[in-house]
Amino acid sequence: MEHRADEPRIGVYVCHCGSNIAGKVRVAAVAEAAALLPGVVVSRDSKYMCSDPGQEMIQQDIREHALNRIVVASCSPLLHEETFRKATERGGLNPYFFQMVNLREHDSWVHEDADAATEKAVDLVRAAVRRVRFHRALEKTEVPVHPDVLVVGGGIAGIHAALTLADAGKRVYLVEREPTIGGHMARFDKTFPTLDCAACILTPKMSSVKAHPNITLWTYSDVTSVSGYVGNFKVVVRRRPRYVREDLCVGCLECIDACVYKEGRVPDEFNAGLGKRKPIYIPFPQATPQVVVVDPASCIRVKTGKCKSTCVEACDRDAIVFDQKEEIREIEVGAIVVATGFETFDAARIPQYGLGVYDDVYTSLQVERMVNSSGPTLGEVRLKNGSTPRSIGIIHCVGSRDQKTNRWCSRVCCMYSLKLAHLLKEHTGAQVYNFYIDIRAAGKGYEEFFDRLREEGVNFIRGRVAEITDWTMTPEEEGRLVIRVEDTLAGFVRRIPVDMVVLAVGLEPAHDAQEVRRVLNIGCSNEGFFMERHPKLAPVETFTEGIFLAGCCQGPKDIPDTVAQAGAAAAAALALVDAGRVELEPNTACVVDEACSGCKTCVALCPYTAISHDRERGKAAVNGALCKGCGTCVAACPSGAIRQNLFEDDQIFGEIEGVLVHA
Amino acid sequence: MKPVRQTIKYEAERDPNFAREIAAIPGCENLPSCFQCGTCSAACLVSTFMDYTPRRVIALTRSGFKDEALRCQTIWLCTSCYACTVECPKEIQITNIMYALKQRAIREKVYPKGFSIPVLAQEFYKLVLKRGRSTESWLVIRLFWRTNILKILGMARLGLNLLRTGRMSFRADSIRQTRELQRLLEAAEAEKGMAK
Amino acid sequence: MRYAYYPGCSLKGTGKAYEESLLSVFRTLGVELHEIEDWNCCGATSYSSVHNSAAFALAARNLALAEPLRMDLVAPCAACYLVLEKTKRYIRNHPHLDERVRRGLQAAGLRYEGNVRVRHPLDVLVNDVGLDAVRAKVKRPLDGLAVAPYYGCQVVRPYSTFDHQTYPVLMDRLLEAAGAKVVRYPLKTKCCGGSLTGTQPDVGVRLAWFLIREAKKRGADVIATLCPLCHFNLDSYQDKIARTCEKVSVPTVYFTQLLGLAFGHSEKSLGLHRNIVSAHAALASRSLATAG
Ligand SMILES: Cc1cc2nc3c(=O)[nH]c(=O)nc-3n(C[C@H](O)[C@H](O)[C@H](O)COP(=O)(O)OP(=O)(O)OC[C@H]3O[C@@H](n4cnc5c(N)ncnc54)[C@H](O)[C@@H]3O)c2cc1C
Ligand code: SF4
Ligand code: SF4
Repeated sequence: MEHRADEPRIGVYVCHCGSNIAGKVRVAAVAEAAALLPGVVVSRDSKYMCSDPGQEMIQQDIREHALNRIVVASCSPLLHEETFRKATERGGLNPYFFQMVNLREHDSWVHEDADAATEKAVDLVRAAVRRVRFHRALEKTEVPVHPDVLVVGGGIAGIHAALTLADAGKRVYLVEREPTIGGHMARFDKTFPTLDCAACILTPKMSSVKAHPNITLWTYSDVTSVSGYVGNFKVVVRRRPRYVREDLCVGCLECIDACVYKEGRVPDEFNAGLGKRKPIYIPFPQATPQVVVVDPASCIRVKTGKCKSTCVEACDRDAIVFDQKEEIREIEVGAIVVATGFETFDAARIPQYGLGVYDDVYTSLQVERMVNSSGPTLGEVRLKNGSTPRSIGIIHCVGSRDQKTNRWCSRVCCMYSLKLAHLLKEHTGAQVYNFYIDIRAAGKGYEEFFDRLREEGVNFIRGRVAEITDWTMTPEEEGRLVIRVEDTLAGFVRRIPVDMVVLAVGLEPAHDAQEVRRVLNIGCSNEGFFMERHPKLAPVETFTEGIFLAGCCQGPKDIPDTVAQAGAAAAAALALVDAGRVELEPNTACVVDEACSGCKTCVALCPYTAISHDRERGKAAVNGALCKGCGTCVAACPSGAIRQNLFEDDQIFGEIEGVLVHA
Repeated sequence: MKPVRQTIKYEAERDPNFAREIAAIPGCENLPSCFQCGTCSAACLVSTFMDYTPRRVIALTRSGFKDEALRCQTIWLCTSCYACTVECPKEIQITNIMYALKQRAIREKVYPKGFSIPVLAQEFYKLVLKRGRSTESWLVIRLFWRTNILKILGMARLGLNLLRTGRMSFRADSIRQTRELQRLLEAAEAEKGMAK
Repeated sequence: MRYAYYPGCSLKGTGKAYEESLLSVFRTLGVELHEIEDWNCCGATSYSSVHNSAAFALAARNLALAEPLRMDLVAPCAACYLVLEKTKRYIRNHPHLDERVRRGLQAAGLRYEGNVRVRHPLDVLVNDVGLDAVRAKVKRPLDGLAVAPYYGCQVVRPYSTFDHQTYPVLMDRLLEAAGAKVVRYPLKTKCCGGSLTGTQPDVGVRLAWFLIREAKKRGADVIATLCPLCHFNLDSYQDKIARTCEKVSVPTVYFTQLLGLAFGHSEKSLGLHRNIVSAHAALASRSLATAG
């Protein structure tokens, strides 16, 4: 059979997606209607188009019916566009002679009425049929991939990802904002559910990071800009001055003793404000790197220039240098792993809980430090008045599952509250009450840990605490904090006097997550955690190719899940850089020289700085590697001089007509 | 000994539409999202004395146990202080739901016997309907007339005190446009179309 | 500064002293009040218990009467304040209700376009008049007078248009501006018992007792209130509390009475003689009593 090359011969395939689509849309009717459309040679419906037989059918039809255009009406292109383009290619056609219609998210899942949904399906298929005839053959471009990797954030997620990559032989830059790596985990004494010592499992990993020949560790540093594209990112890192030379300091801490401040004055961040530190300090004994740091906000020398600077004299290695300046480093990497973690909810936002009002109301993070044998109290649990608490209340869900603060479940607070209940009981012998709405103990060994706590005699009261007050009614309440809560299982309100309250604060996105997001050009979900490309099938990828997520920056999770995700992110980054080359989608914009007036409107608008202005020719030019195909310039060009592959005018108009014309 | 009662509930005892009817009243929309945390009960001072805690009233209402919800003392002990409403993590306006249940109980005449609160509410309603203003002395007298005339004696001391300090009078206050007011209320209460 | 004024039934009856002190304090500060013509009862909590749309229509009549004055509407009684505010919001947000209320108002020859802003005197004093202007008028600072600031419920809840819902502070600031020592009072927004003191005294009176007991424990000379019902419950049932709960007594006054005293007004002109539990001795102990 001979066919004129420019005559469209279209194959249409309508997918049932099990009952996902067929449950609402009458797919057979849609296929029948499509068969009557001009240019359509084959039209079929099939249970699962993405299955092998489904794909095979496309290939066979291309061969048998000399098809030159393919339309698949099924699920989201996010899921299977690539699948069907490949099938089209295997059938011998250019993969871009393919168009996908989303009958699931755009139709069957969102409509009630079967007739209307079917009619809409026909409209959408007609639009694709009209569009696809204008498709042109396109070629992907290939670019080389830079083999180095950047990891942002040095919590357990960043540490694990960096080590995995470095062990695989990649050069890794690990950028951490704080003076030390370790993140939240470095503050814990024990970890649930096994109660293994956090330091014992974390500090060896921290020292490996420091010692690893393939890892460049930059603490006290921020990523200030990221440009380029997958495989070829250009990153600018700002290293803030710590006024101490990392190459000279050995962490002997003589300088701290010598500081003109005899006592600590500044609330100690690492200890969640429980202790005080000096302006020159080391966050904790195992800090990595083992290098002191000067806090510019409180150091007299930095602030006024006038101080005896006894610290400088005390250092016999001349490591303290007050004229240190910030350094800007520019690096090139092929992939980026983002592991910037979380922050805890500020419990002062719920004044009913009395944080900052009553002496013995603490956040869980403070208590983590308190029970830690290397913490500010050396593991002693003492009230502000020096005595040992006889009863302790732990309040779950503080700043979680609450419309007024954060709606989500923070996932780890139940378990860490159980852990703290155990540790507090062990340290003090006190009566411990846990107040919970639901106990979320869904990990391996977690429910068993909950069982153990009940056996240990911890009191579990199902009810969300309304208030902590020093309003007392009975002699036993006198001088103590009273927790007002409904014991919802017993069915009445109780007043429970305690000596100490622990607020199990929830997890939220870091305060600067939005800034980080903009610098990296990645997305975030409603609540502000970074967004993965697909919740199930692409959990460590982002919508920006080459940038991967690990740990709590993507959403609350515990250490086991964090480490698993960090491993996955490292593997995904490895797969990218090891391939050495990466294909770029051809859906880019390009300038039609004859029409361009050289007005430069587009240059400033491009969010990816992909457009430059060629001074000599007086024309704009798009760098195809940088262009992400967002279409901003196409819409903005006053001369209509920019066109975009796969979004050509004839294609778009064809599609619009197809929806509107009930042919 | 208290007589033993059957406490099990059969599906037939439920009113499956009840929750929907209550949630349809302005301000009661969030009823379905309650997750039974009990914050409302603990925020409520009066819950100290209630037969069902506010949380349980929400649970009963939502599950369609209309009889229990309408006959309980709780809804009549609620003072409308909104303590529960502002603390509820699901932004359920419990106070409004209490009002809705009170209205329904009065309409269906199922409020607990010997309880003067619903009687007060109705006396108040009638007085205001008639005069446009409320006068405490009148209310009190009407109330005890209808519930327990002897109780009035117990109130005598308070009454004298109020008279002495010039804070009570037996002259009922009234607005001028009582006619218009009555028309207004009738029109607002009437179902659509009946208004004239 | 000019405002429309909705006194509500209580301020003409048991809460007379509130109106007397409010008017005299506002006069000193140059705040003018214009009482709206022929206002009616707001419906309080009881009316809502009987009929929903009628309750809103009843309250809306007052908004309709106030609207032509084109001034913010001051409602000193906490219950009235809340009911008017709630009515305003509900008819804005619920078209079905709006239609019924509109129909009701029409039957009485009225209309309401949604333009009345409802204010509580505390809000006016702190946010419009300002603490500095109040301080400037203080002639006899309330030096050493320990005050338990009691806000009750309905001024701050559920809408909290001008202060925190559970831990409001504006009255604290205002009384401090008048020189008083404000004690930390964790019950500042707990329920006073509402109408339960009368209808269900075994419950209501105990609630009032909690409040008085805690004020005493915190060393308060007086409790300051901003609602006639709170005042009534705390002032009128102390003998009953003594009989059924505990012998404990703290005089209760309106915050406007305290301001008036600081401005140098007489106890009589502020209606302090109307208290059942007299504040005279407590004031005298801090040399704040006035003759007559
Ligand atoms: C009180 C408490 C107790 C817990 N107990 C346990 C437990 O017992 N067991 C358990 O499994 N889990 C526990 N968790 C959960 C655990 O903390 C997390 O799973 C884990 O810390 C997540 O690691 P991460 O690396 O993703 O984040 P993080 O630990 O938050 O680390 C993020 C790192 O990134 C750095 N960073 C942030 N922003 C930037 C930036 N812009 N640039 C550079 N660096 C940046 C931070 O300084 C930090 O070092 C607990 C959580 C809390 C709050
Ligand atoms: S993990 Fe538990 S404590 Fe934390 S938010 Fe979820 S339910 Fe609440
Ligand atoms: S506070 Fe809200 S969510 Fe919790 S039990 Fe009460 S109504 Fe339900």
